[in-house]
Amino acid sequence: MTKQHANWSPYDNNGGSCVAIAGADYCVIAADTRMSTGYSILTRDYSKICKLADKCVMASSGFQADVKALQKLLAARHLIYQHQHNKQMSCPAMAQLLSNTLYYKRFFPYYSFNVVGGLDNEGKGCVYTYDAVGSYERVGYSSQGSGSTLIMPFLDNQLKSPSPLLLPAQDAVTPLSEAEAVDLVKTCFASATERDIYTGDKLEIVVLNKDGICREYMELRKD
Amino acid sequence: MANSAIDVPPRGGFSFDLCRRNEMLTKKGVNPPSFRKTGTTIVGLIFQDGVILGADTRATEGPIVCDKNCEKIHYMAPNIYCCGAGTAADTEAVTDMVSSQLQLHRYHTGRESRVVTALTLLKKHLFNYQGYVQAALVLGGVDCTGPHLHTIYPHGSTDTLPFATMGSGSLAAMAIFESKYKEGLTRDEGIQLVVEAICSGIFNDLGSGSNVDVCVITKGHKEYLRNHLLPNPRTFVSSKGYSFAKKTEVLLTKITPLKEKVEVIEGGDAMEE
Repeated sequence: MTKQHANWSPYDNNGGSCVAIAGADYCVIAADTRMSTGYSILTRDYSKICKLADKCVMASSGFQADVKALQKLLAARHLIYQHQHNKQMSCPAMAQLLSNTLYYKRFFPYYSFNVVGGLDNEGKGCVYTYDAVGSYERVGYSSQGSGSTLIMPFLDNQLKSPSPLLLPAQDAVTPLSEAEAVDLVKTCFASATERDIYTGDKLEIVVLNKDGICREYMELRKD
Repeated sequence: MANSAIDVPPRGGFSFDLCRRNEMLTKKGVNPPSFRKTGTTIVGLIFQDGVILGADTRATEGPIVCDKNCEKIHYMAPNIYCCGAGTAADTEAVTDMVSSQLQLHRYHTGRESRVVTALTLLKKHLFNYQGYVQAALVLGGVDCTGPHLHTIYPHGSTDTLPFATMGSGSLAAMAIFESKYKEGLTRDEGIQLVVEAICSGIFNDLGSGSNVDVCVITKGHKEYLRNHLLPNPRTFVSSKGYSFAKKTEVLLTKITPLKEKVEVIEGGDAMEE
């Protein structure tokens, strides 16, 4: 008997793009709110951004069911951490936890492409970028998801970051002001929406700074 | 000359020279490149004085939009137009080919082309190529026998309908037609319904987008309304604009002569031929 090929996949791709930019005393995390499959839109108003701790936010695209499972697991782990240590997890600690959680599923991965943004222990902006199986790096800015191939070269051009190999290590945060960074993110998404069919509908921007957390929305093309 | 027949350029039809090579490459795991598709919404309907055709203007290549404002309503004859969905090259080539045949036929007969003539030429060609010419068409026109609207599938089958939709947005557009179409629509009502059907495709189908093109054909008259509606303007433009550095970064200006690194033997042994 010939072997039957599996025609069913446990994964789907629900599209969407995420961007995060770190500044000297702030961090901007943004994602569109479209969720789609194939050529259809499932919803125009689904938030890809999840608050993991007081000073730590995650934006994820990829397969929504896996993203949801990942968010639940991180929330549970964070609750245990709070009970044991009586404090919120720091952003670098949460970033390491996410990496470990992803790598734990190395051979049946969470199909999720994440960026984590927040403020580190000194109050400096930090961005961590991941692949689906837990490889991660602290960077000054990053983009993930279906529009990342369009957004990343633009960010590279506007915010060229020093090589991580330089000695002594250079500061990766961007020189922009908070308002300029938010403007840059809006431009990124308005442009990505023009050319990526899976990005659109609405842009959700989360800004973290010393005053706390604030959310902002902007309309995108709906076609 | 015995081999002169090989040297002359081909006079028409397709060249299948590379089929065997490509088949071998596919077996070895080399995938062929993708083509520009018009994941499309195209529609047509018959109203009281003639035919209205409509199309969106997005062309895609996988998940990327490669043309935001392309033309999908093709000219066939002065009284016949044709909307195309599928591989962009195929829809353009097949409509150009048939429109040239129709022009020659008009020169020969001195009469206006008929829609059924265009229909027969198109379906003959598509049937010949067993669906490999990936063109799904909505053909509309008005001739001496009245208004006609047809759909043509890539394998060559055809339909004659009072209202028709094609492409990836066909279901979204047909939903509008099925709920609102009636016989004897006026010109304005007809355009309104076509625009609504195309917009339904633009907003609900990711393969369709950007603007609405409309073409109204009546007895002895036609009106091509290019970009009749622009429902998707850019949502954000930065107030200060962006500058892009013109020069690349200078990494090093010191010149290291090669001689220090490599020993060049002048007048050494010449390499063997």
